[in-house]
Amino acid sequence: MQPQAVAFKNVDIFFGPKPKEAARLAREGQRREDILKTTGTVLGVTDCTLDVAPGEVCVLMGLSGSGKSTLLRAVNGLNPVTSGEVLVADGDKFVNVAACKPRVLRGLRRRRVAMVFQQFGLLPWATVAENVGLGLELRGTAAAERGRIVKEKLDLVGLSNWADKRIEELSGGMQQRVGLARAFATDADVLLMDEPFSALDPLIRSRLQDELLDLQRQLKKTIVFVSHDLDEAIKLGSRIAIMEGGRVVQYGTPEAIVLDPATDYVAAFVAHMNPLKVLRAGALMTPKDRLQGDAGARFLDDAKHGRVVLGDDGEPVAFEAGGRPAALRSWGEGCLEGLNGPTFVWAGPDLLMEDAIRIREATGLPVLVVENDRLQGVVGDAEIYASLLHRVRPREKKQDMPRAGGRET
Amino acid sequence: MEDWITGHKLPLGRWVENGIDWVNANFAYVFDFVSQVLGTVLDGLVAGLLWLNPLVLILLVAAFAFWLHRSVVLAVGILLSLLLVLNLGYWQETVETLSLILVATALCMVIGVPIGIAAAHRPWLYAAIRPILDLMQTIPTFVYLIPTLVLFGLGTVPGLISTIIFALPSPIRLTHLGISSTPESLKEAVLAFGATRRQLLWKAELPYALPTIMAGLTQCIMLSLSMVVIAALVGAGGLGQPVVRALNTVNIAAGVEAGLAIVVLAILLDRLCKRPARRG
Repeated sequence: MQPQAVAFKNVDIFFGPKPKEAARLAREGQRREDILKTTGTVLGVTDCTLDVAPGEVCVLMGLSGSGKSTLLRAVNGLNPVTSGEVLVADGDKFVNVAACKPRVLRGLRRRRVAMVFQQFGLLPWATVAENVGLGLELRGTAAAERGRIVKEKLDLVGLSNWADKRIEELSGGMQQRVGLARAFATDADVLLMDEPFSALDPLIRSRLQDELLDLQRQLKKTIVFVSHDLDEAIKLGSRIAIMEGGRVVQYGTPEAIVLDPATDYVAAFVAHMNPLKVLRAGALMTPKDRLQGDAGARFLDDAKHGRVVLGDDGEPVAFEAGGRPAALRSWGEGCLEGLNGPTFVWAGPDLLMEDAIRIREATGLPVLVVENDRLQGVVGDAEIYASLLHRVRPREKKQDMPRAGGRET
Repeated sequence: MEDWITGHKLPLGRWVENGIDWVNANFAYVFDFVSQVLGTVLDGLVAGLLWLNPLVLILLVAAFAFWLHRSVVLAVGILLSLLLVLNLGYWQETVETLSLILVATALCMVIGVPIGIAAAHRPWLYAAIRPILDLMQTIPTFVYLIPTLVLFGLGTVPGLISTIIFALPSPIRLTHLGISSTPESLKEAVLAFGATRRQLLWKAELPYALPTIMAGLTQCIMLSLSMVVIAALVGAGGLGQPVVRALNTVNIAAGVEAGLAIVVLAILLDRLCKRPARRG
């Protein structure tokens, strides 16, 4: 089993008088409305199994009422779990939040799990510094130590000059920065973020997303992030769990979600998103082994216009376009300027689709995807058109695309 | 039918009277003790305030007002109005009334705020005490003046007790209102960082409810003040006495002057309790 920071195992969350009966009906596949009618109990989440690896950003994504916040709030016990387990790593062992004692839960909230709220949840009568120090104060950290940590975290989010201001003097974006600093202050490994940027205007939202990504590169927290915005989910998430009606319908990487939606619901979601800044060459490409040709050389497109000659170890040694030898350049700043004669450009598998199109447009030739000096695959017109239509080219499904709710291996 | 109904009167009043008599017969020492303690506290406070030279006390009050609100206008206004009271010759009565109000309000807050908090955390408790609070506020004060008189004897203490009964519901209600209207999002934020129930109360609920609780304090003071004349009927000292006397002798001049002193006290206390301007 791979290491986990947070794991949900068959989690049911129901609100109302008959949770057990409602859970049984939900397992039988009944819908939320019917369960509410027969038992008077609201389905929050049913039979949800997910794991979140340390240092990853897991985005719970869905429309309102899909149960994404409900599931998130189970991690620190703000919502009680009807059945199943919610495991949070605490040192070498796991704490089951669904069944632990109040004292244990409090310890977890003070040291391991911090939270950022949609409406910020800041104390309006306290100063910025007092708000950032809240978790430390509740934990009983001495004032001097608290002051040092608060200052450090305010530096981190760029609010050092605002420490003594009152919350109401700050703009929404700054208030959420305070919320972030407060969550960082307890040094918890797990961050729960409940639509933290939804209440902000689009420009500020985008800026805070970038800042969060920057901070995450330094801090490497395990983040469970709730969002109803697919663009946000794809920008931030290393994996995305799509939820519908209290169930997880697909859990996988952004590419897997976009290129291989598990249900019509996910497909409808994905249909409206712009893949240019999401998909990367590694997901788009036709792998080398599926290219026409033989051991020594491969054709790069169905029309057999481009051809690459491979060395003994599979390294590309010579290139041809329309029978004439072609030059090779690596992708980088200015590599598309001064092109003279047919030229291939190669890039790593993390090349954005947007850049692949740019290269294709400038060179008129497919982009070579190279990693560790080996040709991995190729991105040409056919690959680009297919992914714009949200389809995978007919080829084997990648094995590392996890599918819906816990039935993955 | 009507004759039958009127002919068999329910002895409601008799029951209550018997109950009070029984309590008085069996627990007289409790009421004597309470009466002793409250009487001593009140007399001590009055004596202490009267020990000071009136001018010194007036200056102290004005200085306190300035320290609290940073307002010269308010300080000067308080200075002048208290000098007027001194000039009219009601200084001792004013101090007595002020002491009565301070003690009544302090007791109301000490009793009322914890009850309000407990009620906010336990809906059943609030459901249980609501009718009692309604009763305390609506029953004519003269009605419970009689049993307090029986239990605590004549003097200032029954006046104080009646004042507390009348004023206590407002701090309870407003504390309950403030605590129970604390936004769920604030409480969750504090809980999510590992607050205990006690920390939740001190870090989120009480600070949030503070303005409402302060409104309860102001209301409590004003309600106490409105009991001054009624308290005088059972022998409590203070500004109520000259008003009652003026009423009995149809003395317009004395009535106006004593009434004016009460108004001055009311305005002064109200302005002092207004939410202080933020300092710093």
